[in-house]
Amino acid sequence: MFALRPERPATIEVAVEGQPLRVPEGASAAVALLLAGIGRTTALSGAPRAPYCLMGVCFECLAEIDGVANQQACMVPARPGMRIRAQRGARRAGPA
Amino acid sequence: MATPRTESFEAIVIGGGLVGAAIAWGLCRQGLATVLLDEGDIAYRASRGNFGLVWVQSKGLGAPWYQRWTRASAGEWPRLAADLAERTATDVGLQQPGGVHLCLSEPEFEARAERMAQMQREAGNTPYEYRMIRAPELRDMLPGLGADVVGASFTPYDGHANPLRLLHALHRAFTEAGGVYVPEAKVEEGAAAPHDFAVLAAGRRFAAPRLVLAAGLGNAELAPCFGLAAPVRPQRGQVLVTERAAEILPMPITTIRQTQEGSLMIGDSIEEVGFDLRQTPPVMQAIADRAVRSFPWIGDLSIVRAWSALRVMAPDGLPIYDQSARFPGAYTANCHSGVTLAGAHALLLAPMIAQGVLDPMLDPFTAGRFDVRAAS
Repeated sequence: MFALRPERPATIEVAVEGQPLRVPEGASAAVALLLAGIGRTTALSGAPRAPYCLMGVCFECLAEIDGVANQQACMVPARPGMRIRAQRGARRAGPA
Repeated sequence: MATPRTESFEAIVIGGGLVGAAIAWGLCRQGLATVLLDEGDIAYRASRGNFGLVWVQSKGLGAPWYQRWTRASAGEWPRLAADLAERTATDVGLQQPGGVHLCLSEPEFEARAERMAQMQREAGNTPYEYRMIRAPELRDMLPGLGADVVGASFTPYDGHANPLRLLHALHRAFTEAGGVYVPEAKVEEGAAAPHDFAVLAAGRRFAAPRLVLAAGLGNAELAPCFGLAAPVRPQRGQVLVTERAAEILPMPITTIRQTQEGSLMIGDSIEEVGFDLRQTPPVMQAIADRAVRSFPWIGDLSIVRAWSALRVMAPDGLPIYDQSARFPGAYTANCHSGVTLAGAHALLLAPMIAQGVLDPMLDPFTAGRFDVRAAS
């Protein structure tokens, strides 16, 4: 559904759900999720959601980033090697 | 301005928080035409900041009548929740799996053990089951306990519920049963005679033979107008709320509970700061610190909300219930446990008010206990 603008080369490689994907420098982890077409599910009803406001307000882009659950992916700049997974349902809490 | 025409009811309840709404619905349930006057969002709204425990184990040390009243309310709660579910299709989230109070040092554990033993002695002929549980056994009950936890007290009577859903359900049950709810209705003026009361609020005039003051901190000012006393003061408590997580806590803990939706609510504080609803970083830090010492994994969770609220506190920390001697038919209800006592307020107190006589079990809760006369 989403395509990169041609004037911004995709140079940063991240892993979305384990699959390699390149995004432009300065793009957020949410952009990676949108490019990959990956959505999340909500904590209570399991309803599908995808990044929406892209400015830190709506919390619809929640993702597990480098193993940390419930991160607002739109507020996290993509870095080389970043592991991004959509947040599916409620995060786990408790002893490791 | 011309005096508005009088709207007559069988009962007026002043205060639309948990206490007022529970009593108003209880009166409606008894078949009384009831009007509920709610001041509006300028009020302090303790019912919007409640922690949500239905808590028994520590209530009423040295005051067994309060222990009995609290136990009675916890006992009525399942009936209250079922009735509200049936009438309003609202699940108020009641769970009563028992509850735990964690002790983070040996002195805390010993003090707690003494307290629980005294509670059991004071329970008299009412069974009061409790256990002091040491850390090794406790680790099988609660996941990921911190190394600082030396033990806990447990009683099977404790539980929790969703305070906002409870408030919503009480209001809905009240209005659906024909009760009249009037918002933005601060009482401007009152007139009292035995079994004959009138109040001006929201530009309207209401009259009834029964009047119940359940206005929280507002009762202090209202009570003298109706031959009553309600010497209550604000006591601040602060609460932290985490992001939602999959269910992990099987039962509520005095200062930590997991909501039905998965958030962890973390309390609390006891602060004598007057009518000050601010939050303070040192107190929030102390609350978070104790939570993380209790369960180190809580430190991984993000705090997404925090608030403070003002408890409605009598000088001795117990509720106040009275019927006016000078103007029979006028009642006060004051407490800082609007959730725990909702069962008693709706299903025990309201029928007494409908009958016109408070049960002798409520005698010790009179504000007369604060008179110098009573002490001499």
